[in-house]
Amino acid sequence: MSILVIAEHDNGSLKDETLNTVTAAVQIGGNVDLLLAGENCNAVAEQAAKISGVNRVLVADHSVYAHQLAENISLLVTELAADYSHVLAPATTNGKNFMPRVAATLDVSQISEITAVVSVDTFKRPIYAGNAIATVQSMDKVKVITVRATGFDAAACDGSATIESLDKVTDAGLSSFVKEELAQSDRPGLTSAKVIISGGRGMGNSSNFNLLEQVADKLGAAVGASRAAVDAGYAPNDMQVGQTGKIVAPDLYIAVGISGAIQHLAGMKDSKVIVAINKDEEAPIFQVADFGLVDDLFDAVPELAHSL
Amino acid sequence: MKVLVAVKRVIDYNIKVRVKSDQSGVDLTNVKMAMNPFCEIAVEEAVRLKEKGVADEVIVVSIGPKVAQEQIRTAMALGADRGILVETDEPLESLAIAKLLAKVVEVEQPDLVILGKQSIDADNNQTGQMLGTLAGMSQGTFASEINVGENCVEVTREIDGGLQTLSLNLPAIITTDLRLNEPRYASLPNIMKAKRKPLDVKTPADFGVNVISGLKTLLVESPQERSAGVLVGSVGELVEKLKNEAKVI
Ligand SMILES: Cc1cc2nc3c(=O)[nH]c(=O)nc-3n(C[C@H](O)[C@H](O)[C@H](O)COP(=O)(O)OP(=O)(O)OC[C@H]3O[C@@H](n4cnc5c(N)ncnc54)[C@H](O)[C@@H]3O)c2cc1C
Ligand SMILES: Cc1cc2nc3c(=O)[nH]c(=O)nc-3n(C[C@H](O)[C@H](O)[C@H](O)COP(=O)(O)OP(=O)(O)OC[C@H]3O[C@@H](n4cnc5c(N)ncnc54)[C@H](O)[C@@H]3O)c2cc1C
Repeated sequence: MSILVIAEHDNGSLKDETLNTVTAAVQIGGNVDLLLAGENCNAVAEQAAKISGVNRVLVADHSVYAHQLAENISLLVTELAADYSHVLAPATTNGKNFMPRVAATLDVSQISEITAVVSVDTFKRPIYAGNAIATVQSMDKVKVITVRATGFDAAACDGSATIESLDKVTDAGLSSFVKEELAQSDRPGLTSAKVIISGGRGMGNSSNFNLLEQVADKLGAAVGASRAAVDAGYAPNDMQVGQTGKIVAPDLYIAVGISGAIQHLAGMKDSKVIVAINKDEEAPIFQVADFGLVDDLFDAVPELAHSL
Repeated sequence: MKVLVAVKRVIDYNIKVRVKSDQSGVDLTNVKMAMNPFCEIAVEEAVRLKEKGVADEVIVVSIGPKVAQEQIRTAMALGADRGILVETDEPLESLAIAKLLAKVVEVEQPDLVILGKQSIDADNNQTGQMLGTLAGMSQGTFASEINVGENCVEVTREIDGGLQTLSLNLPAIITTDLRLNEPRYASLPNIMKAKRKPLDVKTPADFGVNVISGLKTLLVESPQERSAGVLVGSVGELVEKLKNEAKVI
């Protein structure tokens, strides 16, 4: 068995989700190679070579891969896939973008967002916003899989893989990059933070999110939001936690002014400890919270920031 | 230009599903079904393109049982011109759905195909991308804004780090994210009008598509339930518990 893992990175550094995906690959068993496709990504290759469990880092460094265009990346992965029994990518927006193209070209099904490896061909994945867990078996010749990072621990980084460069250039010529507006933040990313404090519609406006940031500063936490808060313009889209936003499982998740709709719970209910602050004691969020505080957030949150 | 929209019949998003006691799947008997929310957004976007004079025909297609005609009629009440149902009682997987949609694309030759980014039942997030490859088209997934130009379409995508804008050659695939638009409600006269719009019924066999899947669902279980914890009386008590009991801060 031989497994190809696709690295998630921004040409400058490796994203943590890659480490969780390698762990899933190691659990399946066999030889694990990592594909790094990007432009001027040498520094990332050095980082990737240290991931324990990885045998070779295959680097495809070319401008056609600079922005991870799905059409180009999927062609590259499809060509390489012939040598592997499994192809794994993190279930990030990037992995979700190109992996189904790989599967369709190989004429195999994709198994989306696995959270556990049962055997070499059998995996668990949540469906219906996490309200049911399906165990699925794949009979396909190549298993194309995306991995939900919260289901697996991060691989350690004390390995020494060999780095090999690929000279394959696969340019579909179908799309081009125009621009990017990325959030600038010194805080930890939502999907890797140990503590997250999220605000919902109850926050009332975008400047009130500062209240959450004061708590986040004290705890080294990331700040998240419900869809209602994002839709209302209180927070940018990349902060949305939930079924259709980011899936998180920190040690501590503090939900402030969030009612606890199933779509929101789907994104955070695997957190170790959940705290809810809400003025409505009937809010469904209290049904999943380890510690609930029925209070006005405009009193409770500043007090919390003070007492930390 | 011609726009094709794929819509899926799914469980209503307000309903919390229950796993069957024999663990063969989730219990869908007598639960309310509706159009997948992301597909509603796809229909709305297509109809807006028509209202702006960018599109001249909006075709809606669904693959599913006979009753999926309801969702096609709903889409037509929202403004789609005609519908196609590829009727099957088998629960098909994304790859089979994408293959059938590719056949519909071959027949209809749309300039733009709009799909939801994921369906809220399977949560697969695959069909549009698979169709993209099979139909040889470019793709703009998780779209929050689209602007159609000459022979190309600019798509702003919601990605993990923020927003990314791509330019796609036409014909192209677009999958919708939540903030692309807010779907309208169908008015009564439009619901009545939709009943007279043409709806073609086909079968997978008409297209000669092999819908056999390489995946087998062995088991569907309930997730581990979280039980409610305790209510604390004050911020002080909360901090104390987080420090000493849960030891997370
Ligand atoms: C297809 C689909 C996908 C979705 N995906 C997601 C998703 O990924 N993530 C997501 O979050 N949602 C998602 N949703 C939306 C979801 O259904 C809810 O609408 C949303 O989560 C509600 O956000 P909220 O809890 O912030 O707002 P509300 O439900 O309006 O709750 C606000 C809460 O704040 C409390 N509050 C108000 N003022 C105060 C105060 N001063 N002090 C304390 N408490 C206060 C209120 O008591 C209330 O409980 C999705 C919906 C659909 C249809
Ligand atoms: C009763 C029933 C039971 C099922 N059980 C299982 C199961 O146990 N395991 C399993 O893997 N699958 C099962 N399926 C199939 C599964 O629900 C999906 O139909 C299939 O996986 C297609 O992918 P998706 O809907 O997740 O697509 P996604 O890629 O999540 O959907 C994205 C978009 O593709 C389009 N689309 C998807 N499906 C259709 C369609 N039918 N017609 C038109 N457009 C469509 C829509 O625009 C949608 O928004 C079942 C289906 C049914 C009806």
